[in-house]
Amino acid sequence: MKNFLNVYTDPVYSFTFVCIAFFFMIKYVHIVATKKFGIGLMLSTLIMFILCFMDPTFTKNFYITNDNVPIIFLVFLLAWTTWFALYQGVRNDNRIANGLPPLEGTPENREKVWAWPNLVYTELFAIILGTVFLIAWSVFFKAPLEEPANPTWAPNPAKAPWYFLGLQEMLVYFDPWLAGVLLPGLIIVGLIAIPYIDMNPKGNGYYTFAERKFAIITYLFSWLVLWNFLIIIGTVFRGPNWSFYGPFEVWDTHKVVAANNVNISEMLWINTLGVKLPSNIFVREIAGILMTLAYLVLFPIFLTKKIFNFNGLLGKICNGGFLGQRYLKSLGWARYALLIFLVLMMLTLPIKMYMRWLINLKYIVFMPEFEFNI
Amino acid sequence: MSKDSFAQKVAKTQVWKSIFRHGPPDNARNRAAVIAGNVFLHLHPIKLKKSGVQLGYTWCMGGLTFFVFLALAVTGILLMFYYRPTAEYAYNDVIALREHVPLGIMRELHRWGAHAMVITVWLHMFRVFMTGSYKPPREFNWGVGVILLVLTLLLSFTGYLLPWDQLAIWAITVGSNMAKATPFLGHGGPGANLAQIGDFIMVSDKNDVRFQLLGGRFVGEAALLRFYILHCVFIPVVVSVLIAIHFWRVRKDGGISAPL
Repeated sequence: MKNFLNVYTDPVYSFTFVCIAFFFMIKYVHIVATKKFGIGLMLSTLIMFILCFMDPTFTKNFYITNDNVPIIFLVFLLAWTTWFALYQGVRNDNRIANGLPPLEGTPENREKVWAWPNLVYTELFAIILGTVFLIAWSVFFKAPLEEPANPTWAPNPAKAPWYFLGLQEMLVYFDPWLAGVLLPGLIIVGLIAIPYIDMNPKGNGYYTFAERKFAIITYLFSWLVLWNFLIIIGTVFRGPNWSFYGPFEVWDTHKVVAANNVNISEMLWINTLGVKLPSNIFVREIAGILMTLAYLVLFPIFLTKKIFNFNGLLGKICNGGFLGQRYLKSLGWARYALLIFLVLMMLTLPIKMYMRWLINLKYIVFMPEFEFNI
Repeated sequence: MSKDSFAQKVAKTQVWKSIFRHGPPDNARNRAAVIAGNVFLHLHPIKLKKSGVQLGYTWCMGGLTFFVFLALAVTGILLMFYYRPTAEYAYNDVIALREHVPLGIMRELHRWGAHAMVITVWLHMFRVFMTGSYKPPREFNWGVGVILLVLTLLLSFTGYLLPWDQLAIWAITVGSNMAKATPFLGHGGPGANLAQIGDFIMVSDKNDVRFQLLGGRFVGEAALLRFYILHCVFIPVVVSVLIAIHFWRVRKDGGISAPL
């Protein structure tokens, strides 16, 4: 079992597995949003941690470089909050389907109550619990402190604080200007832009799933899979030289990882056409440049046009019924352009990950002359 | 007439009446007065919808974030009494806190509190998203919240350097190396080598954004002082102002969200 996990927690498999699990969570949300499932989820998370910490290698790796204790709370809270939000959402959806208001909007819950004592006592209680929790945490776990700073000796691996490890994990697939600057910047811009893009008037002030499917699926995917799962990979599954290490694998600095990644330009000119790389960098990188432009410019336009007549899902996408035309109409071109740009930029991460895993791709556009590598 | 209890006697003294200018909050008038007449409690509305006080709805995450922020301010000020942000003293001061204070947990409270605040602020945002509370009229306050979240991460990140141990400087080295790659503004970023006058390189490791952030080309004593000032003064002041705006707008935008 441990050997199995050591192999299949490699992001190549585990990321795919998490994506599939996410798909089933959305598809069978009415099963996820039951009390039995919630209890099962919390118990299985608990059992997973207990089993993991019974293994000395896992425990050692977990504490070796970083203050990782908060990750444990994070995983529990992610499981709990995701389930609880979906549970309340589906409960409200069922009420709305039966012609009832959402639970937050019943006449009884719309009634006004005094802040004293209803609110202030809840707050007092929360403050006391929070204080007790923090003090207990501080008594049982010492704050980490390593040897004095030594600028001449870098630890291996050198990890950022855990909340930035998702970004550090992205460095495997992207250059720093994308993983460390542009994409985090777009996360901030994208988050601020959400209320100005999401023109759906429903689901304002109550939990729901059915009324805001697109918004919730997009947000949950980026939050759970692209942000938090990458943090977990970066914390638990990355060892010396940022190589993959299974959770029960001993960190061996000399582990050799084959890195024979190639660029799109090399695939085109050398592997396919069998000629030398052209000396003009723009000719050399023409395939990658065209791919990037097609992805960011032509694809959004293509989604809004009725070009081909296909049936089924393909037809839905090509005829723009799935995303393009419907959203272009309801949002207007400015909001549509911003929305599709942000979604496409978000999807560059899984796309680049799979291109790395499937065809050993290093860079789509490789211009070291300008430090411009995509 | 029954005899007054001790508490009732105290409540009748001039001192007590000068501080609390109303009777116990057991009737409508006093319940309004206790909220409106107290500078801390008046952040609350006097009355609010029942759905807004239910823990299942709010998870109390925003409130807990604020509470942890206050706890961090208190423990942080206490730590500042014993900590000197120089390469010579910083590490030894942290060691001294650990070795010389019996049962001392101030640094632990501060560090774990910082991590807790990151988690609570994330979950607060998650709750606000899942209840659609960013929708009109609360669009602007969502934006303020996103900035506050980023500042929370920066507060935690700048504090990460201060113990001045291996964990600290290498985590900050990894993090601040990202600034090197900023397009046009970092010397390793795309487009940086386009700005050249003759042989003179405009953006180099001596003047790019990472240099401005660290006050040098690597994480050294200048970076320690900068991060100390950012961590203890600059970002907390900005955060405090934004928290005031955030809370004010929660009230002005109609209180805790509820179905329209």
